[in-house]
Amino acid sequence: MIDAVLVMNTQGKPRLAKFYKSLSPVKQQEIVRKVYTGLSSRAEHFCNFVEADEIFGAGTKLVYKHFATLYFVFVIDSGESELGILDLIQVFVETLDSIFKNVCELDIVFNFNKVNTVLDEIVMGGQVVETNSTEIVKSVQEIFK
Amino acid sequence: MEQLKTIGRELAMGSQGVWGSSKEFLELVKTIGEAKSKAEEERIVLAEIESLKRRIQEPDVPRKKMKEYIMRLVYVEMLGHDASFGYIHAVKMTHDDNLLLKRSGYLAVTLFLNEDHDLIILIINTIQKDLKSDNYLVCCAALTAVCRLINEETIPAVLPQIVELLNHQKELVRKKAVMALHRFFQRSPSTVSHLFPAFQERLCDRDPSVMSAVLCALYDMILVNVKPFKHLVASLVSILKQAVEHRLPKSYDYHRTPAPFVQIKLLKILALLGTGDKAASENMFNVLGDILKRSDSTSNIGNAILYECVRTLTSIYTNPRLLQNAAEITAKFLKSDSHNLKYMGIDALGRLIKITPECAENHQLAVIDCLEDPDDTLKRKTLDLLYKMTKANNVEVIVERMVEYIRNISDNHYKTEISSRVIELAERYAPSNQWFIQTMNQVFEIAGDLVPQKVAHDLMRLIAEGAGEEDEDADSHLRSSAVQAYLQILKEPKLPSILLQVISWVLGEYGIADGSHSAEFIIGKLCDIVATRPGDDKLKGYVVSAITKICAFEKAAGQTVDLIPECVSFIEELYASHSTDLQQRVYEFHAVLKLDRDTLASILPMDASCEDIEVDKDLSFLNSFVESALANGSRPYLSDNERRGMGAMTTLASNNDAGTSSLLRFQPYEKPSIPEPAAALVTASHYSQDAIDQHDIYSSAITVSTSSKAPESSSNDGTRLKLEGVQKKWGRPTYTPEAQVPKNPINISDSVKVSSSAAGKEASSRNSSAPPYTERKQPPQEISAEKKKLAASLFGSKAGDTKAKPAAKLQQNGTSKKAPAKPTSPPPPAPAPPPADLLDLSDSLPQTPSVDPVDQLADLISVDSSAATSTTSLVEQVFDAGKVATKGPSPQASLQKDAVSRQVGVTPSGGTNPDLFKDLFG
Repeated sequence: MIDAVLVMNTQGKPRLAKFYKSLSPVKQQEIVRKVYTGLSSRAEHFCNFVEADEIFGAGTKLVYKHFATLYFVFVIDSGESELGILDLIQVFVETLDSIFKNVCELDIVFNFNKVNTVLDEIVMGGQVVETNSTEIVKSVQEIFK
Repeated sequence: MEQLKTIGRELAMGSQGVWGSSKEFLELVKTIGEAKSKAEEERIVLAEIESLKRRIQEPDVPRKKMKEYIMRLVYVEMLGHDASFGYIHAVKMTHDDNLLLKRSGYLAVTLFLNEDHDLIILIINTIQKDLKSDNYLVCCAALTAVCRLINEETIPAVLPQIVELLNHQKELVRKKAVMALHRFFQRSPSTVSHLFPAFQERLCDRDPSVMSAVLCALYDMILVNVKPFKHLVASLVSILKQAVEHRLPKSYDYHRTPAPFVQIKLLKILALLGTGDKAASENMFNVLGDILKRSDSTSNIGNAILYECVRTLTSIYTNPRLLQNAAEITAKFLKSDSHNLKYMGIDALGRLIKITPECAENHQLAVIDCLEDPDDTLKRKTLDLLYKMTKANNVEVIVERMVEYIRNISDNHYKTEISSRVIELAERYAPSNQWFIQTMNQVFEIAGDLVPQKVAHDLMRLIAEGAGEEDEDADSHLRSSAVQAYLQILKEPKLPSILLQVISWVLGEYGIADGSHSAEFIIGKLCDIVATRPGDDKLKGYVVSAITKICAFEKAAGQTVDLIPECVSFIEELYASHSTDLQQRVYEFHAVLKLDRDTLASILPMDASCEDIEVDKDLSFLNSFVESALANGSRPYLSDNERRGMGAMTTLASNNDAGTSSLLRFQPYEKPSIPEPAAALVTASHYSQDAIDQHDIYSSAITVSTSSKAPESSSNDGTRLKLEGVQKKWGRPTYTPEAQVPKNPINISDSVKVSSSAAGKEASSRNSSAPPYTERKQPPQEISAEKKKLAASLFGSKAGDTKAKPAAKLQQNGTSKKAPAKPTSPPPPAPAPPPADLLDLSDSLPQTPSVDPVDQLADLISVDSSAATSTTSLVEQVFDAGKVATKGPSPQASLQKDAVSRQVGVTPSGGTNPDLFKDLFG
């Protein structure tokens, strides 16, 4: 399953933090910090996976993608496919892009609510529910009609 | 630029209402973004919180305004500040009729609260209502909230509505209902276990998206228990087939790959279902072959499917042809330039070599490349792979790599993990002892206190045992090289405590063995060790024992030992230590120094840490004693049953009690009458408690049970220890459970083990109080034969063996080889755990030495060595005249010995390395 979805900028400021397991706010902050430290030191061509046993427990991995000023990070366990999640991040970003037309960091900051809705359409309770960008856009628009 | 543009857009949207946020929020985000320091940001956010707190409580806040406040709260909390004052407003907002406001409320609530929060109860009702709503969007909002907010207790409140929604006309709702139920399954499987059939029915939903949602749930259920789902193999295979053949609607394509996410999930499920199931696996071969053929290895998602397919193939029953394909794909991954694919390739290779180990060879270069890659993820994954590939022939290289890796990382988690792997590999495949010791030293140096104590024990054991008994030269060479290496290592600053412990033990045991270092030199080194870690009591214990041993060796060899001033002050300081263990050690040290040469040679023999201690469980050496006691009119031993109802000890005893059977006595006990030989019971008075009047008997019982020496001491009536004062500090004597144990040999040995192990703080304090009793060496004659027998079976020792070294593993199998060997040799006490050995010193000792022979042992015992030590002091009491009773080995005895030796960490020597630790490490 997916344990958490984090979006943070390259300075380590969280832009979106959704946890699918109950964690105290303090712990969440700590995780955001640790994830950021883990990612910020990685070069661009390195692989997009980081083992996160220490942060999230045995067998968990961070799958991340770096877009412009943002890191999109999915924390997964062994029940998910690393490469598949990489494409899911792509789906997420493409969807945001089609909703915000040329999405940038500020869109995500100011449209917190909408971004969350998009994510809820893709991932629910830690499971992937929808992977088709067009479908997602459709249901989001339905909600915000 | 880009940002400015967006801000402009935001401003424009702000005026539009619904989506836009107010200027204030915009300002906030901007100022936070521009904040130059963490402190400044903090200030801004705190000011924001203050203003929100104020405004949110104003009466009649417009709903839209409230929504914005709440979003600002969410933002503030995401930055790590507490916004709990606003939670209740978020909860209120979920009650709103407006969908957008409701959704915002749910969103905020799901982000703020966890499922055990008190406020949840206020939302349940709303959720129930919303689940029944006609508007499917409201249903969806509620279902999303359910996934986050419902805990085990509240599941029943919403379960019926959700089950109903499984048949909702909108596929979006059905899908989400499945997800919610899946979530319940994760929270508490039993609440939804009756719904398995409903889940399976949804597998055939007319909408594939619902089916794919079911797959997620199925995966988790199968993970828990495969059996109930075996029958699904055929259906799942056919679904996979449809997906692969592009028969699902176009909307499921992703980058022209047909329904990749469905394929991946199915492959994962099939891997679980096919594990170890030939029939199920054969069903899958066809479609798996298809996937391998059709998947597009140029796109990321195509590779994701291929990798998943390889993974499935390596989990299910093997098919050589498909495995061949899998190997080719793995090779392609490894050769790729993409780090992601290399990573997957390494992972896949790790799975393949479990089935076909030889395939690793084709990829050596690729693997080495990955190992040297600067990418840490890749490197670590490769180390993982190497770990799986390790054999006796490559262990040196692989371990070297791993050690190098942990030397360069600072992350304790991985340091611990990888060093434990290094240790495991080294233990399993070490080519030579020399290498093993070097490797361990490196690990200790690098990972230090992250290394488990047991590893230190194994290392000491290895050094003690050497390569095997046949080759004494090699052994002593090994030891002197270890000593040499450690003296070298000591020059480095900041060594971890655990390594210092090992060093102390080795120096104590072998520091002067080869004659190249003087006792003064080694003692000086030992004192230096302590100086580097002044607060480390455990280490001090090791050092004191080491010094004790060296002094004993020297004296035994006829040398005089002049303690250097550092050492003297170190020892003196410990007389007043807060640690009773340390106190005891130094008092024992002190006592040992006063012993004469022969005694020393027996109690602390040189290089005897590996010798066996024979345990004579039958205490048959006491037979003559028992007989003479009986002949003198003592009562025979009464079995447990006969004694039942009486204090066990009391019944056992005595002349005066003779008539009493098993009834309780209510009148006060009469004054104890002293059984004849018991004259020496000096200390009896301390512990006489109302309950027990037969002090002597009692005490003897204790001694017997704890140390098994008591009986022998009879010859030595007059001897007393001057230890009373010391011992008393440790509390007043009480019944030790051991005292009663003799009734049941097996239990006894258990209890002994406990006390000898770190576990028994309590035990140790009890034991330590024992020594005073033992001083009266006169066991009353009345101890019955049977009781002795039992005690003997637990504690008896073989006179023949000098050291407590548990014999080789061989002994685990039953009898120890050495057992019968040297019955007559003087049995020096050895680092034997609590069951003390009987010492047969031909001259009775005037004083019982307070140094505990078993100290060495105690060193080995990890946590709380005081338990061991104190028991052993009992042992010393026994140094009297030649009651050398040697008993033949009994299987039971050797079993116990083995148990003990494991406890202590001294084990059987093994011959050759490869299996040296086989049975320890499986």
